[in-house]
Amino acid sequence: MQFLQLVISGIAQGCIYGLIALGFVLIYKATETVNFAQGDLMMLGGFFGLSCMVVLGMPFWLAFLATLVAAMLFGMLMERALLRPLLGQPAFTVVMLTIGIGYLARGMVTMIPGWGTETHTLPVPYKDEVLRIVIASGNDALILSTEHMVIIAVTAFLIAILFLFFRYTKLGIAMQATSQNQLAAFYMGIPVRRINMLVWGISAAVSACAGLLLAPITFVHVNMGYIGLKAFPAAVVGGFGSIPGALVGGLIIGIVESLSGFYLPEGFKDIAAYILVLVMLVILPNGLFGDTMRKKV
Amino acid sequence: MRFIFKTRYEQDLVLFKHPGQRFWYGVLMAALLLAPLVFSEYFISQLVFIWIYSVVGLGLTLLVGYTGQVSLGHAAFLAMGAYTEAYLQARGWPFLLSLSSAAIVSGLTGVVIGLPALRVKGIYLAIATLSFGFIVEEAVTRADSITGGNTGITLGSLQIFGLPIDSEARFYYVSLAVLILCILAVMNLMRSPTGRAFVAIRDSEISAQSMGIHLARYKTIAFTLSAALTGIAGALYAHKLRFISPEQFTILQSIEMLIMIVIGGLGSIYGAIFGAAFWILAQQLIVTAKDWLPPEIGQQTGLQPTIFGIFLVACVLFEPLGLYGVWLKARTFLEIFPFYRKGMFKRQKSYMKSERLK
Repeated sequence: MQFLQLVISGIAQGCIYGLIALGFVLIYKATETVNFAQGDLMMLGGFFGLSCMVVLGMPFWLAFLATLVAAMLFGMLMERALLRPLLGQPAFTVVMLTIGIGYLARGMVTMIPGWGTETHTLPVPYKDEVLRIVIASGNDALILSTEHMVIIAVTAFLIAILFLFFRYTKLGIAMQATSQNQLAAFYMGIPVRRINMLVWGISAAVSACAGLLLAPITFVHVNMGYIGLKAFPAAVVGGFGSIPGALVGGLIIGIVESLSGFYLPEGFKDIAAYILVLVMLVILPNGLFGDTMRKKV
Repeated sequence: MRFIFKTRYEQDLVLFKHPGQRFWYGVLMAALLLAPLVFSEYFISQLVFIWIYSVVGLGLTLLVGYTGQVSLGHAAFLAMGAYTEAYLQARGWPFLLSLSSAAIVSGLTGVVIGLPALRVKGIYLAIATLSFGFIVEEAVTRADSITGGNTGITLGSLQIFGLPIDSEARFYYVSLAVLILCILAVMNLMRSPTGRAFVAIRDSEISAQSMGIHLARYKTIAFTLSAALTGIAGALYAHKLRFISPEQFTILQSIEMLIMIVIGGLGSIYGAIFGAAFWILAQQLIVTAKDWLPPEIGQQTGLQPTIFGIFLVACVLFEPLGLYGVWLKARTFLEIFPFYRKGMFKRQKSYMKSERLK
């Protein structure tokens, strides 16, 4: 029973990692750049939602939607203003830029009145509730916190929507085409730049969503973005260019972390994800779902 | 305007390109040697920080700037150097021996992490080094019999050949000497075939491989040397602060070291030193400016990261060679005075390079 409980809380945590990893992968697939500020976008999302609820007094669902829209606009603005001028520069330049954006965001957030360096609680309606499920009589009840359940449900819903979007809408198919071959997509009349801008927007919205879901568990604070760093192992384990891989990788990392926190000596919980990713890089560098790619001269 | 007419191939390899350089570096050297006699102890102490960070910058730029490999875990090598130094010094090893051991231990760690990490490249390497940084940080916290865990360790006072290094000025000379030796080592390395191989790997791995450069071997060498230099800096850092604890060697430190060399200018020795000087002096300026600014802005802890972040983003967008690029442009402007054109240092645009097979 305890094992099941650990697995479920691991899955909930893993969903967060998976969502952030999904953000990386979307951008990576579309533009071949890696956004090191993904965790900080999540943090900004958390803070924005907090302000919507506390300062503007919006109900949770409205704040959630407002945050998604704001994050999407922010992501698109970021692409347009900062990343597009660097098209055609080496990958390291973009890596440094996104690291800089993250660093800058962490610095700026502490200077905004009402956000600052303190930790805040997001007043979600489902806070501190638990579900008790008795699977078989005679066993202990399985105690699930609502926060975890909401994370899992919303993640599943979001993934379903993204799946339908990429599979059935014209825009989604255009995005797939762009990520497979930019030049060919451009020849087919797909506005590649605008598509890339939109991908950044979607990716930012997905991470903001992760931020809002995570907020009831870890609170909203400046260094929330460091959780985003754990999404890198998730993305690598799943194979960096694969969308289902990102989610599966996130879940694996979440479960491994949750189990190692309980069964292994203290200290392993925080680094389990990183040990796993190093092992993974040695034995299977392309991840579970990644495809082997070789560069030709 | 000076034009160096080269008549022999050896002229490409000389350390000083022309007599003027010899003169000006001599003047700089004399000024640096006299500095402790003139400036206050506090300023000298800041200069020591610049020398130490310059050594870090040299190590990192050797890997990132010259070899083109990203590392997000360099704080781990700094920690290795610092803790080795602290451990050996407590057991009575002489400084020169413990300093070289710090470099060796750190370098060997570089090999260990390098071997698996170098099978992967680009973004995977960044993630592997990031993971390594976290693991070392955690290991340092947990191995409290050696490292003192979260309480940290205090270092004893330093002695070299029986001479106590007890004043700020004496430590200034020690760190300056180490820095100059490191600069000479990197300069010599970069004009040797090994150094040329590093640059070739940075510019194109496939061409380098076609020219007969063993990629894995040279990347491991770069990783090792970079780690060793960072280890040396770590040892000096430990002595400078006299107290080390795991929270000085976090991922944030690794990122800040990267930001430092990018602001200074990637891929040049000047860049590493400019970056370090900027990092320390700007911090001092910000601290000074805090008294002038209104308290709503001045008292914010986020002021410094915000300013450095803006500098970094501006460098990446407008001045890829960082402060060194600014210096280069200013110098060229003056050297060729009325003939400077706007497009002289224009960035080359290229098509998006794809790592994909298509």
